[in-house]
Amino acid sequence: MRFRRRQGLRLEGLIEAGLALAAFLAVAVTLGIAGTLLWEALPFFREIGVAPLFGTEWAPLFAAPRYGLLPLLSGTLVITAIALLVSVPVGTILAIYLSEYAPSRAREILKPALELLSAVPTVVYGYFALLFVTPLLRRFLPDLGAFNMLSAGLVMGLMIVPYVSSLAEDAMRSVPMALREASYAMGATRLETSVRVVVPAAFSGLVSAYVLAVSRAVGETMVVAIAAGMQPNLSLDPRDPAQTVTSYIVQVTLGDLPHGSIGYQTIFVAGLSLFFVTLAFNIGGHFLRRRYREAY
Amino acid sequence: MSFESTLTVRVRRWRDRAFLALSLLCLALSLVALAALVGDLASNGLPRIDRAFLTSFPSRFASEAGLLAAWVGSLFVILVTAALAIPIGIAAGVYLEEDAPKNLWTNSLEVAMANLAGVPSIVFGLMALGLFVYRFGLGQSVLTAGLTLGLLVLPIVVVATRESLRAIPGYIREASFAVGGSKWQTIRHHVLPYSTGGILTGVIVAVSRALGETAPLVTVGALTFITFLPTSVMDPFTVLPIQMFNWVSRPQEDFHANAAAAGVLLLLLTLSLNGVALCLRYRSRKRVHW
Repeated sequence: MRFRRRQGLRLEGLIEAGLALAAFLAVAVTLGIAGTLLWEALPFFREIGVAPLFGTEWAPLFAAPRYGLLPLLSGTLVITAIALLVSVPVGTILAIYLSEYAPSRAREILKPALELLSAVPTVVYGYFALLFVTPLLRRFLPDLGAFNMLSAGLVMGLMIVPYVSSLAEDAMRSVPMALREASYAMGATRLETSVRVVVPAAFSGLVSAYVLAVSRAVGETMVVAIAAGMQPNLSLDPRDPAQTVTSYIVQVTLGDLPHGSIGYQTIFVAGLSLFFVTLAFNIGGHFLRRRYREAY
Repeated sequence: MSFESTLTVRVRRWRDRAFLALSLLCLALSLVALAALVGDLASNGLPRIDRAFLTSFPSRFASEAGLLAAWVGSLFVILVTAALAIPIGIAAGVYLEEDAPKNLWTNSLEVAMANLAGVPSIVFGLMALGLFVYRFGLGQSVLTAGLTLGLLVLPIVVVATRESLRAIPGYIREASFAVGGSKWQTIRHHVLPYSTGGILTGVIVAVSRALGETAPLVTVGALTFITFLPTSVMDPFTVLPIQMFNWVSRPQEDFHANAAAAGVLLLLLTLSLNGVALCLRYRSRKRVHW
């Protein structure tokens, strides 16, 4: 009996160690990502340095290479901005509707229906942007190119709507009922209660939803790679084609890519900038989210 | 502050209704967009799907090209992904929820997990390219792809596991401890069985996400023109979304029909998997009353 108990304890210890190891994998992968990106990008910084990155032309594979990241950043910025212009208002309005207006049975059906939007693979969204939305937009904007930032941004916005709405709704639902009841007791309408009581109370949660949406938009790849064309283009006009940091990586890796070549190094430079930007947004969003979760 | 009081009740009510109308409009627009996406794919792609399409290899001619290598490849990759993400994800979730002390160490685990869930998928692809393909010498293989996607969807399984464990009330555990159950016995015989529904939901969502993921596999170096089937995990591969990406990137319209057909299959898979997950979640919430 005693023997079995000791054996059991040893097994317990082993299992606990195994479980901890599995959780540790998250840290290991994070370090693995940062380490690999830095390691592979390092030769680039050693040979070429940081200064050329601020140039206005990105043509790293040409005979006279240019390493200005600005065209990629402008493409990323414009498309992200369009996506947020769609997803932040629509997502917030839907979240207010689902949390404050919708009867519980309607919510039971509508929430999953919206979540289906986020289940659609991104490559399918890319197809939709290139072969449905762009032709549709061209009826109204005849000078729109076959590849353009507008359609990629709009479709990306649509893709992020359920993400924003579900995070924002979570935040608003965690506002205690008593606050709402107090507001209703004063004779406020649902809209006034939502805008003046619930939204301010859930504010950090809402901001965290937006921050995470930015991170999603910046890192989104396939919609842009398919619908925005693949030419680096320093332009803020959404009707133009453009390349983003992500779609540059796709373009290079689609071709033949010798290990250690300059093209190989540049995708890790691009990935590094992507990783740190999204890291900042993700961690910021995480702490904002924790704050509202603990507030009440 | 209370400038609403200067408005008449009628105006305030009107505003309330106007917002309701606006939100219903937003809702309708989102759902119409989803319907347009599905409808457009179906009308272009469905006529293309037949037996030959599912049993042919890719070809230079759109009408002869098929999806065989892609769907078999997807199946292989998903098996590797599931073998990695399911056990490790559940284990990590159990550790963080049941076992981990609250200290700096677990706090950093939490932050790492939250960050991983938000790292762009293409960055996972870059890591896999540098680490798996070259450093570990796994090459551009099914194994590399499966490992990459496994790490990518790991946070989904972890979050689902933790949420369903959290939903189990503490007295279940206390009852087990009270009759002499150890921590592991409690988890194994009580906590885990009661949370299977929620965990399964997470697993299904993770698989569906991995099925549709494209960018990291492009980065790893998935091929698009494969005229043989993988026989081991070290073979080169292609998958459904990569094949679709390749076809949609071509200028010829005939290939766009192929892309639509591949998209119909992808949508069918991911949407039905998510539908199953939703049903499971709904049922497990209905059935269990603590």
